[in-house]
Amino acid sequence: MPRQARVPSLLLALTLAAIALGAAARDARGAGVERVGRPGRVVIGSKNFEESRLLGEMFAQLLEGRTRLQVDRRLGLAGTQVCFAALQSGAIDVYPEYTGTGLVSILGERPAGGARGALERVRAAFLARWNLWWIAPLGFENAYQLAVPRDLARRERLATLSDLARIAPRLRAAFGHEFLQRDDGLPGLGRTYGMRFGSVQSMQETLKYQAARAGNVDVLDVYTTDGRLLLYGLAVLRDDRGFFPPYEAAPLVRGAALRQHPELASVLGLLGGAFDEEAMRKLNLRLQEGKESEAVVARDALSALGLVAGGPAGGEPGGEAGRGGAAARRGRRAPGLADYMWGERQALLRRTLTHLGLCAAALLLGALIAVPLGLYLERHRRGAEPIIGFLGLMQTVPSLALLAFMIPFLGVGTLPALAALWLYSLFPIVRNAYTGVRDADPRAVEAATALGMTPGQVLREVRLPLAAPVLMAGIRTAAVITVGTATLAAFIGAGGLGEPIVTGLQLANTSMILSGAIPAAALALLVDLGLGLVERALRPAGVRLAAGA
Amino acid sequence: MLAPDRLGPVPADAQPAAAVLEAAGVSKTYGDGTAALAGVTLAVRSGETLALVGESGSGKTTLLRLFNRMVEPTAGEARVEGRPVASLDPIALRRRIGYVPQDGGLIPHWRVARNVELVPRLLGWERERRQRRGYEMLEMVGLDPQIHAARYPAELSGGQRQRVAFARALAADPPVVLLDEPFGALDALTRVELHRQFLELKRRLGKTTVLVTHDLGEAFRLADRIGVMRAGTLLQLGRPEELVQRPANEYVHALLALREGAPLAASGTAGDHASTS
Repeated sequence: MPRQARVPSLLLALTLAAIALGAAARDARGAGVERVGRPGRVVIGSKNFEESRLLGEMFAQLLEGRTRLQVDRRLGLAGTQVCFAALQSGAIDVYPEYTGTGLVSILGERPAGGARGALERVRAAFLARWNLWWIAPLGFENAYQLAVPRDLARRERLATLSDLARIAPRLRAAFGHEFLQRDDGLPGLGRTYGMRFGSVQSMQETLKYQAARAGNVDVLDVYTTDGRLLLYGLAVLRDDRGFFPPYEAAPLVRGAALRQHPELASVLGLLGGAFDEEAMRKLNLRLQEGKESEAVVARDALSALGLVAGGPAGGEPGGEAGRGGAAARRGRRAPGLADYMWGERQALLRRTLTHLGLCAAALLLGALIAVPLGLYLERHRRGAEPIIGFLGLMQTVPSLALLAFMIPFLGVGTLPALAALWLYSLFPIVRNAYTGVRDADPRAVEAATALGMTPGQVLREVRLPLAAPVLMAGIRTAAVITVGTATLAAFIGAGGLGEPIVTGLQLANTSMILSGAIPAAALALLVDLGLGLVERALRPAGVRLAAGA
Repeated sequence: MLAPDRLGPVPADAQPAAAVLEAAGVSKTYGDGTAALAGVTLAVRSGETLALVGESGSGKTTLLRLFNRMVEPTAGEARVEGRPVASLDPIALRRRIGYVPQDGGLIPHWRVARNVELVPRLLGWERERRQRRGYEMLEMVGLDPQIHAARYPAELSGGQRQRVAFARALAADPPVVLLDEPFGALDALTRVELHRQFLELKRRLGKTTVLVTHDLGEAFRLADRIGVMRAGTLLQLGRPEELVQRPANEYVHALLALREGAPLAASGTAGDHASTS
């Protein structure tokens, strides 16, 4: 199986090339920022869960209220690696991070010396290695912890993780994807407490809680500031062996941005020690269950601290007004799907257009490269299998991974999404262009050649027209893949119909999820149908007859 | 027995000047080592129809394709009208040689008229002349242009498609026509009808023709001379009656014995390679 043997070395080469390119792109970008700068503009990022978005939104509103800086929001980036890569590359300037995450996930070190030790360690290391600044911690820890339903805790007399370890083999656990992987998550926990669960499932945040309430899950990982702890009747266990590292939240800021805008530090410093766990739990709860947007909740929190003017009734703050704003304004009651979508119709239309534009651009660029490449490979068949095989391999890279992979090169937003979608569109088009032309009626091609048509004439007049439907089928496949994948582009801030899906998943707001999912599905069907008609029309007349259509 | 002996083979080799197509010691060995042709020499005289018969893999199609440079020999030389084909531009050469493959090879998304006008168009004929010629050719092969010119190949019967293929091959009035089992895929009745028409065209046009066929009966009906091929070599070349009277060896003898029966059975004794023979 030489084909299989080639794959690891190919992957290795790909990875090495990517790292080299990434470093080069980063350097070029850094140099560009030093020279040209971006006067008066900062980009705030956040991870894709409620608290991170809320903190990001608070940073943004505070900077808007207390400085002259123009603030761009890139909230809801997918996870630590994406945020950190975006910060390093200068795609964002600030995002809320947790000391424990910095210590364990980014530095790869073991926690020691408690909360203070962790903060001192990450501060020193981040400054030295990357010129990234941990500003004043916000006053609360959002640490990992395990929780069980209260009844279970009562029945089994569970107070600590040691108690839990005792009966773990009888329990069904559901953990987030990150928790399952991280050293300060399940793997380390298992070692420290000798804990083995009866079953372990990987589950999305919101679903995990619902499963616990439904009695399908006995143990779940939680964040200590999660508002849902109250709502779902969950008892948080005590970490009696001090396994979980401290997770103090703080703004993490790029040194280059601080040099240009020193006021970032003093203004963000205003939030130092501003919230305790209880306060955060309440704010988070409003987001998680109250169907309010983070813009409103952030505004309330800042004005309660007297850091910005005006109360909650003082109108919609700038920036993120579109997302969830209409629902939030109308109060706490969740409207029906039809109402919701009607209320959001303008945002919906805008997102659909963004979505379509993104897909169309990616597809067009894809076809521009892939069709000639397919034709070229047909003329130089020795290279065809490896190259098409390689493109097929790209297809197997999970979309989210590919999107994340783009950030070091292209930052966040439309550009990396476009690049990723473009990459996905190449394979089906190249493959079909290649096989379509290669397999076009070989007997007709042979006769045309034998009667004195030049290779160019044979290609233009015989093979391409015969291959057109196959070629179009490839473009159609690429289009449907692109429309589907583009919903994930919201994770790196490219907008589109994925935006309400991503946000809705975090807020457990079904109407919001569906307001993105339904149009996205309809769009995919329409695109498939429309291009199917084009494919039919492109089938040459004589061939349509032969096919009996 | 002696007299015909002497008269027989002599003229075939004694008139090189009249030869339109010549193969001089041609061999063809493919990259994987299969030898399709091993040192074949023959000449096709002006206006004659020469049939190449043999099993699948005997090299007859490869030999045919040397003349329009669809195959390049690994040794030896093919000549057309006395000139080595290797010295000619293959595109220009092919436009001067008619070609009909087994299935017609019509271009499926072109109407019949456009298929027939292919070579005249490649040669830059004016539209009107081209169309006139196309209609003439269709009439010549027994198709009504009014009915058939605007049809697509898929709308024709197998026999009609082969007629169109003949019309296309002859449209630019080439001096040489190469036929690669043109009747092979037809039912028996249609084949007989096309044979009749072929003989009529042969009499009227007098093209120099090479016909590759499995079917010895067909070769006997249509050809002036027959070359029997096996495993890349030419076993015997002569007029039909010469083959009957003096088969060169046991193989030719056995082949002739099968003539009246079913089509020649390719017993698979010869190594079957990629090219259809």
